[in-house]
Amino acid sequence: MDLILEVEGLHVDLPLPAGRLQAVRNVGFELRQGETLSLVGESGCGKSLTALALMGLLPPRASCRASKLFFEGCNLSTASEKTMAQLRGDRMAMIFQEPMTSLNPCYTIGNQLVEAYRQHREASRREARERAVFLLEKVGITAAGSRLKQFPHQLSGGIRQRIMIAMGLMCGPSLIIADEPTTALDVTIQAQILALLADLQQEFRMGLILITHDLGVVARMAHRLCVMYCGQVVETGTTREVFARPLHPYTQGLLRCIPVPGKVEPGSDLGSIPGLVPTPIGELRGCMFRNRCPKALPECAVEDHRLREIGPGRALRCLDAAAADA
Amino acid sequence: MTASDRSPRSPEETGLGLEVVFPSPRQIMQRAMLRHKGFLIGLAVIAAVALLTILAPVLAPHDPYAQDLGRRLIPPVWQDKGTWDHPLGTDNLGRDYLSRLIYGSRVSLLIGISVMLIAGLIGTTLGLLAGYFGGRMDMFVSFLITVRLALPAVLVAVAVVSLIGGSMRVVILVLGFLVWDRFAVVIRASTQQIRPQEYVAAAKSAGCSTLRILAQEILPNLMNNLIVVATLEVARAILLEAALSFLGMGVQPPTPSWGLMISEGKEFMLFYPYLVTIPGVALFLLLLGFNLFGDGIRDVTAPEGR
Amino acid sequence: MLVYTLKRLALAFLVAVTVSMVSFMLIRVSGDPAIALAGEAASAEQIRHIREQYGFNRPLLVQYLDWGWRAMQGDFGESPYFRLPVSQVMGDRIGVTMALGTCSLAFAVLLSLPLGILAAVRPNTWVDRLSLGVAVLGQAMPSFWFGLILIIFFSVTLRWLPVSGTGSWQHFVMPTIALGYYATPAFMRLIRSGMIEVLSSDYIRTARAKGLRWPKILFKHALRNAIIPVVSLAAVQFGFMLGGSIIIESVFALHGIGYLAWESIGRSDLPVVQAIVLMLSLIYVVLTLLSDILNAMLDPRIRVQ
Repeated sequence: MDLILEVEGLHVDLPLPAGRLQAVRNVGFELRQGETLSLVGESGCGKSLTALALMGLLPPRASCRASKLFFEGCNLSTASEKTMAQLRGDRMAMIFQEPMTSLNPCYTIGNQLVEAYRQHREASRREARERAVFLLEKVGITAAGSRLKQFPHQLSGGIRQRIMIAMGLMCGPSLIIADEPTTALDVTIQAQILALLADLQQEFRMGLILITHDLGVVARMAHRLCVMYCGQVVETGTTREVFARPLHPYTQGLLRCIPVPGKVEPGSDLGSIPGLVPTPIGELRGCMFRNRCPKALPECAVEDHRLREIGPGRALRCLDAAAADA
Repeated sequence: MTASDRSPRSPEETGLGLEVVFPSPRQIMQRAMLRHKGFLIGLAVIAAVALLTILAPVLAPHDPYAQDLGRRLIPPVWQDKGTWDHPLGTDNLGRDYLSRLIYGSRVSLLIGISVMLIAGLIGTTLGLLAGYFGGRMDMFVSFLITVRLALPAVLVAVAVVSLIGGSMRVVILVLGFLVWDRFAVVIRASTQQIRPQEYVAAAKSAGCSTLRILAQEILPNLMNNLIVVATLEVARAILLEAALSFLGMGVQPPTPSWGLMISEGKEFMLFYPYLVTIPGVALFLLLLGFNLFGDGIRDVTAPEGR
Repeated sequence: MLVYTLKRLALAFLVAVTVSMVSFMLIRVSGDPAIALAGEAASAEQIRHIREQYGFNRPLLVQYLDWGWRAMQGDFGESPYFRLPVSQVMGDRIGVTMALGTCSLAFAVLLSLPLGILAAVRPNTWVDRLSLGVAVLGQAMPSFWFGLILIIFFSVTLRWLPVSGTGSWQHFVMPTIALGYYATPAFMRLIRSGMIEVLSSDYIRTARAKGLRWPKILFKHALRNAIIPVVSLAAVQFGFMLGGSIIIESVFALHGIGYLAWESIGRSDLPVVQAIVLMLSLIYVVLTLLSDILNAMLDPRIRVQ
């Protein structure tokens, strides 16, 4: 399987009145063709900004730098806006969280589906239309032909999200980034959309980066995952490895929060992680999780924590000696 | 998974010893106001004109009504034939232009503020009723607003004043009863936004009377918008008075109104343009001041509406 | 769509009737029309004669209904000054005012559209500040004074344009600028804020994520949404311009209905004044109705309601 995405040393900063917010710090990962990587973490941990940085869609005041940011051999850090625009929609696509507002209310679905395809591929209206119908059927929308003439407000959230997926696939990209694609949908629809994404990824051999805060989604969909906390990657590995033996105290805490019927005693407390997420502004030293960590040591406040490889594809940002040695 | 609170936290709370201090919302607003150039300039202009108005008898070098036909149409001091005795020159009846200008500020401010108060009272009441009660009341008030907007205000004002006879009192009443529309529209929209808030429902379920709810829950939250509209309406009223006086249907001579001065100077403006430019510049600056001030407040309290 | 239109039509009619009633009452109540018509030197006998001749002695409601009924048939009475039907007097002059209004509206939109879009695309830069500066200056400039300044500058100093009167297109240039400039701030702010809001919306983010080129995003996606409230504003502003024409037309001596209203008020020619007020209000009502319909056409979501 080919490597399609290489990220190393990605930093994203946002200037705030109170100082420079280091929203994403030293994030790195790889993605292969046909693989699903999940960026997991709670709201505000920087996973969405990471995705936006990859696509070149950061807000204008944000600044971004990376020691390595390669997509299909193309260096994204030095690419011009023109190059990025050519890549977006064509080679790399992104699906967002809110299907209700992600479509322009003034134009038909058909119009919005074909416009990028016609631009990137210089296709005729008929070719584009045929492709749109093909993909709408692929994502499970019935009566695709007549749907093209409908307006977004006439359709439900589930259907709109399917359309967004179809839109992302129009030009046959090799990378799809899905940012919380099912969070805004009903639980029953969630399962359908996720299954759809998995099928499509298999069929079209795409790389999928799935951003979510829901560990259930990760378990179902991802081959590999990166756990993010406060702008940094704290643990990576295959889904199986991490779920079986979580090494970072944050990951352990997260997994403890999920009540599993049968394993948890009725009447006992639900797991939670005490404390609050800090805001990464100013001089940041040591581990950002130490104020909530049950295993915190005095060294955790001082030392520069690096992400250390502890096995093939397995990395950990923690001083916990027992975990590192095991 | 625990939900995380997105507001910035103090270093002590997180126990990490990070040296960051976050200002309170009020401090942020105050700082923004002091930094907003438009707001400061507007405030300075209004204050300056208010000072002129109050200290008019002291500042004006001559009696604004005193005619001196031997000293007609003297140009301002920066043109040749000008004299420091009359720094802004004299008009066609020999009256000192500077003094008339200073006393004219009284007319503008007095009428502007009075009209704003009357229109504000009418418009805010209507807006509150429409926004709070909704339904038929809202339909009725919206209908009233539409009717008022359909009427050509200047035309009607001119017609009414011409029939009754022009004077400060007439102008204030006619304008006051005509220009309440913007108040009504803004207050109605704001009330509609505030009404569904939980603290209103809480007050209601606690048994507060409608009047009390309107006065204590809704009105204080309207203040930002109300002040912005009020400021801009003073500007609008000043402009309308000047227009009416310019057409001869406002304040009557010999009262010094800037609009009237422009009208009186129009006859001679081809050879004595200062007669028209000077009061116009004064009018422009005063309107600019109020607009900048109102916009400044709006920018600081609700920047999205810019 | 049809039901929507019919409802708006009914409302428009109701507004028109109310406006006509208000203007009728206002003018009658402000002073004795018989005295106004007769003039200051008239005797009591002459005043009484006029009162009977014009029916001013009838109850107010009867006078209104009589006038309203005839107005609906296009008969606004006769102008005592011109001794001609009011409709004819107005018909001769309304073209000038409509032309002035249209040109001024076009001027305002053409000036504010690029400024507003530029300001929205580059917020908080010098372009943005320039546009806002234009807006603020426009709001603070009294139109009649601006008109006089234009005359001083272009007619007297430069001798490019005629001072006043009607006749050629050159006579319309300064009035258009003076009238149109006042509406520019409202448009510019609306376009700017509309564009800023739209540009931060999710569907623009989608358009960018698809790799669409910037002009396409700006004009096809953003402007199309931001322009919707501008249409309504255009209708309202046109109505205001017609109302404000009384000032500009008197400054430039343009013989439109604003100037006619001005003269007629001075002459106490009440039938003309009443008819003009009614006409302007009706135009405003029709304009807002049209803009509502146009809105429904532009925004697919409104049609559903």
